Amino acid sequence: MIKKLLIANRGEIAVRIIRAAKELGIKTVQVHSAADVQSLAVEMADEAANIGPPHAAKSYLNIEAILAAAKHTGADAVHPGYGFLAENANFADAVKEAGLIFVGPSGAAIRIMGDKVAARIAAQSAGVPVVPGSDGRVDDSNEAKDIAARIGFPVMIKAAAGGGGRGIRIAENMAEFEALTPQASAEAKAAFGDGGLYIERVITRARHIEVQVLGDGKRAVHCFERECSLQRRRQKVWEEAPSPVLPQDIREKLCASAVALAEAVNYSGAGTIEYLYDDGSEDFYFIEMNTRIQVEHPVTEMVTGIDLVREMIRIAGGEALRFRQSDIKLAGHAIEVRINAEDPAKNFAPFPGTVASLNVPGGPGTRFDTMLYQGYQVPPFYDSLLGKLIVWDETRDAAIFRMQRALGELRIEGIKTTKSLHQLLCEDDNVRKSDFHTRWLEPWLETNAHKLEAMTQ
Amino acid sequence: MTKQLLSPLPGTFYRRPAPDKPFYKKEGDAVAIGDVIGLIEVMKSFNEVKADVAGTIVKFHADNEEPVMAGQLLVEIG
Repeated sequence: MIKKLLIANRGEIAVRIIRAAKELGIKTVQVHSAADVQSLAVEMADEAANIGPPHAAKSYLNIEAILAAAKHTGADAVHPGYGFLAENANFADAVKEAGLIFVGPSGAAIRIMGDKVAARIAAQSAGVPVVPGSDGRVDDSNEAKDIAARIGFPVMIKAAAGGGGRGIRIAENMAEFEALTPQASAEAKAAFGDGGLYIERVITRARHIEVQVLGDGKRAVHCFERECSLQRRRQKVWEEAPSPVLPQDIREKLCASAVALAEAVNYSGAGTIEYLYDDGSEDFYFIEMNTRIQVEHPVTEMVTGIDLVREMIRIAGGEALRFRQSDIKLAGHAIEVRINAEDPAKNFAPFPGTVASLNVPGGPGTRFDTMLYQGYQVPPFYDSLLGKLIVWDETRDAAIFRMQRALGELRIEGIKTTKSLHQLLCEDDNVRKSDFHTRWLEPWLETNAHKLEAMTQ
Repeated sequence: MTKQLLSPLPGTFYRRPAPDKPFYKKEGDAVAIGDVIGLIEVMKSFNEVKADVAGTIVKFHADNEEPVMAGQLLVEIG
């Protein structure tokens, strides 16, 4: 049993974790940087500990300072939230070595899933479909051609030793492939001293669908899927559960594959397995596993009634998973939109500042997870997420109307936010018909820039 | 007469493009109009700070990775 939980994070997720801990009768310690003294999480927690200057590298990423705060306050467990140290295997190990409970999976499970190749191998051996590719490096050009022909065009050619998108080329057909392969190999050799390549099919019109799992190290269950295809610069802006396009038989296969992978790595806690889904062919492909609670977890909570954050704390405290798969039922539809301190009229430029006034939406099926309060100064040092507006209703159509109603009630004065973006999305025909994919939003933003500008003034 | 270059934004000031790269400018270096002297990170987005006068860097008033307010003195150019 956990008695005192240290929250190694900030913002809305710190508030969310404190709420779950309080409901379990667990004391809380909120660590904070010098810039977060006035934060809502610090105000709500039983104790607070300053762990350093505003710069995250010196505070929220400072493992020594966090462990020292745990020792000083007598905390017996650490919740990493999301971002910062949440998927740092060395941090999970260090917490354990300090004699404390890490609210999350083992360092070993984080390490496997954090390594692209190891994660792909783990997925394949658990029977989870992966994006068709070369299964490792390719050095021979004839072998490369055979692989490209087998997996089908378009294909992506990447440096086996590379990273960060450098040297990625896309070939639409064999002629392009034959022209691009030597260039890619030469560039990889020049950049990384290794001309080895990696080949993978490009899924052109993919939807982003992810499965929520809970595990206790022995057994795992899924809490169905979320769809997060509306993205800007690979950042999700609108998430929903369930996916509006997944046929029931595919849903069952997808969710079962996620459970198989979680059990294969003896997963403990809350985790998410992300997939690309091709709604034309109804194929799904594993991309990666996130070994933490995710920003968009509330939509799953709304459609299953399970408090994921509370469950992950209970599991970390030593309780066995309290659910059988048949206990978990999907009901209705939930949508979450991210309210960021950004100006939609100015290409989403960050907008830190002071919250002059705040009106939080209420009413049936409406939830606003936030760290805001009137008078709060949003610091410029961290990400721009201010809160998440989540609605639930019986159907997706009704949930969109409810979201429009709730957005109308939400008023944040003093700073610019992405509220107007979501109001416009709610009115869009493609959004209403669920006709979108992961590259749909960016061109839509260009087309609708003038409307966003008019709405944000 | 030195000219003061103020931070255009609140955030974190960086004197180099990446932790493993050298400083953009050191004290005593010559600067031309438009030279990048640092970055301000605001909510994970990076904005270049450019010199609006030519001259020599006299003194940095903000350190690498230091939190700064909008309007705070970053560097004196003489």
